Amino acid sequence: MTATHAPSAPRLDVDALIDSPETRIIVCCGAGGVGKTTTAAALGLRAAERGRRAVVITVDPARRLAQSLGLESLDNAPRPVPLPEGTPGGLHAMMLDMKRTFDEVVEEHADPERARQILANPFYQTLSTSFSGTQEYMAMEKLGQLRQSGEWDLIVVDTPPSRSALDFLDAPKRLGRFLDGRLIRFLSAPASTGAFRFLGAGVNLVTSAVNKVVGAQLLSDLRSFVSAFDTVFGGFQARAERTYRLLQAPGTAFVVVTVPDTDALREASYFVDRLAADGMPLAGLVVNRAHPLPDGAGARLTAAEAVRAETALRDAGTHSLASAALRLHAERVRTREHEARLRNRMLSHHRGIRVAEVAALPEDVHDLAGLRTIGAALADG
Amino acid sequence: MRLHIVTGKGGTGKTTVATALAMALASRGGRVLLVEVEGRQGVATLLGHPALPYEERELTPLPSGGRVCVLAADAESALLEYLELFYGMRRAGQALNRLGAVDFATTIAPGLRDVLLTGKATEAVRRRAGARRRAADSASAPFHYDAVVMDAPPTGRIGRFLNVNSEVAGLARVGPVRDHADKVMSVIRSPRTRVHFVTLLEEMPAQETLDGIAEINALGLRVGSVVVNMARPPLLGEDDLAAAANGGLDKAELVSGLKAAGLSDVDGLAAALSDEVRAHALRVRLEHRTRARLTELGRPVVELPHLEGGVDRSALDRLAETLGEQGMDR
Repeated sequence: MTATHAPSAPRLDVDALIDSPETRIIVCCGAGGVGKTTTAAALGLRAAERGRRAVVITVDPARRLAQSLGLESLDNAPRPVPLPEGTPGGLHAMMLDMKRTFDEVVEEHADPERARQILANPFYQTLSTSFSGTQEYMAMEKLGQLRQSGEWDLIVVDTPPSRSALDFLDAPKRLGRFLDGRLIRFLSAPASTGAFRFLGAGVNLVTSAVNKVVGAQLLSDLRSFVSAFDTVFGGFQARAERTYRLLQAPGTAFVVVTVPDTDALREASYFVDRLAADGMPLAGLVVNRAHPLPDGAGARLTAAEAVRAETALRDAGTHSLASAALRLHAERVRTREHEARLRNRMLSHHRGIRVAEVAALPEDVHDLAGLRTIGAALADG
Repeated sequence: MRLHIVTGKGGTGKTTVATALAMALASRGGRVLLVEVEGRQGVATLLGHPALPYEERELTPLPSGGRVCVLAADAESALLEYLELFYGMRRAGQALNRLGAVDFATTIAPGLRDVLLTGKATEAVRRRAGARRRAADSASAPFHYDAVVMDAPPTGRIGRFLNVNSEVAGLARVGPVRDHADKVMSVIRSPRTRVHFVTLLEEMPAQETLDGIAEINALGLRVGSVVVNMARPPLLGEDDLAAAANGGLDKAELVSGLKAAGLSDVDGLAAALSDEVRAHALRVRLEHRTRARLTELGRPVVELPHLEGGVDRSALDRLAETLGEQGMDR
């Protein structure tokens, strides 16, 4: 058996996953640039065409894909995607605006005056636009809102393009921990109360260090931010825990998206381990941009045979078209072998993981027809 | 050029190109520092090393006698170093660390995080030979490094990452962080600094490159080269490509060629191969269009070949040489 044969990994049955009424949330995660958004959109579309009322939350779709989903404006609310008449289900799509989501959370929980104070604080503005965990946190917040609204029976989430795949799981907690953390309490406590007296001389040392490095202005902004924020949210960490538990609940399915190259598979491998460690339900692995061989005669012609035949033609100096086709085939077989080796190496560390493979397309997907093709390929596995 | 900032969409081979560029720049016998700022240990992974520490560590020497040092910078170590260097506050730094101030500096205030990381690279650019770091700016000795290459964050974040001034402005209007940011910004804005974009001949990375270049230009920074990575030569002539892309491949000719090559089941084989040729032709057509869009930018477009079987040390040597041949070794 050569490496070109598909390994004996069980197939991820995408249709069973999206057809099951038990499946309420699908989270697509993985390294940047592996086609997470396309996979999420294709799953949502296929689910809708098979009768689900689906909504897709995307974070940063490519422009033309966004247009094909009717996402021209970023208004942070699900918009219906026009589907052909007679489609049994429905599809909505939304693009996450993290600042807007954060603002809405604040407005919902604070009285108007306090909300105004928080929204105007420069510290809040940094937090809501560029804190490294905010996007992840707000994606989860939005997920919770959509789940609660009960308007959709399937929510597909495309996760933010994090620095590391793990940020996605850690960031919401980190944001919660930060907002509840002892550093922020310490910094925001008036110096005289001595809430941290047990630290002794360390307190002054630290306050003076912070003052020196960041300046007194930041500390005062931070203090007013925290006091306004704290009374509104009480336990931000508890909120983060709740969204986190939503992910562990039955009805959630994680799909780890990857492509057959070393880096992406390594990220996928980390992610699979991490999901297991956190008790998150993994549905399976989607390997995008694979290069399967054609069925039949094409699959039987090995790289070595193709090279041998090509050399014979080249020596004869005839049939340049066949010669090029054979070279192309040899390259394709070698690519496939390389991909299969990488993939098998990863799968040998994660026995039993379900896999769906999607062949590379010559061109990017930017319309519903393209998404439909991807959805069908996903279901074929 | 003294500071080369290398960005690109995830998956385009940014770290590989940054490493090859550092080697190319050192190929005339100079000393080059490669700084990695994402905490991904990408350089160590690429070279098959265990994780690199927070220190400037030399790679195996190059045949030319040039030297490449690698620094895996992380914001936490950079912050502690910064406190110690500029304020002599080692103890306070450690106390801050215990309190979770690392979270404070590296996550709640990304502007601060970025200024620490870019600060590390720009300090290396300014450092003079033999001088203590603190005196780096006043010395007139030659520079310690001939060039510094930064393996920077991906295209989607590069503008914000490099525009440390405005990032920090919201947090610190005056004070030492602001002064530090100004100093960092003067190196990033220097006429001897370039931002290079790594891309593939595919639609999304190319679009991100176009958007990223517009952003860098708008910030008043200087764009260097566009590096097209993993380029593959077309296997067919123009006419055959055009015919194949339009579904008009000469099947009879293909069948007769396969027969002449002594293969069996030529009809089945021809059907399979013509599908492969068509997919190839479509891809080449898309690549042509993409290359044309990138060329229109008016920046030098440098191409690196796709390497069968991945990247190892000898492959890096070859890539470095290829960059040099296309003028990216200075």
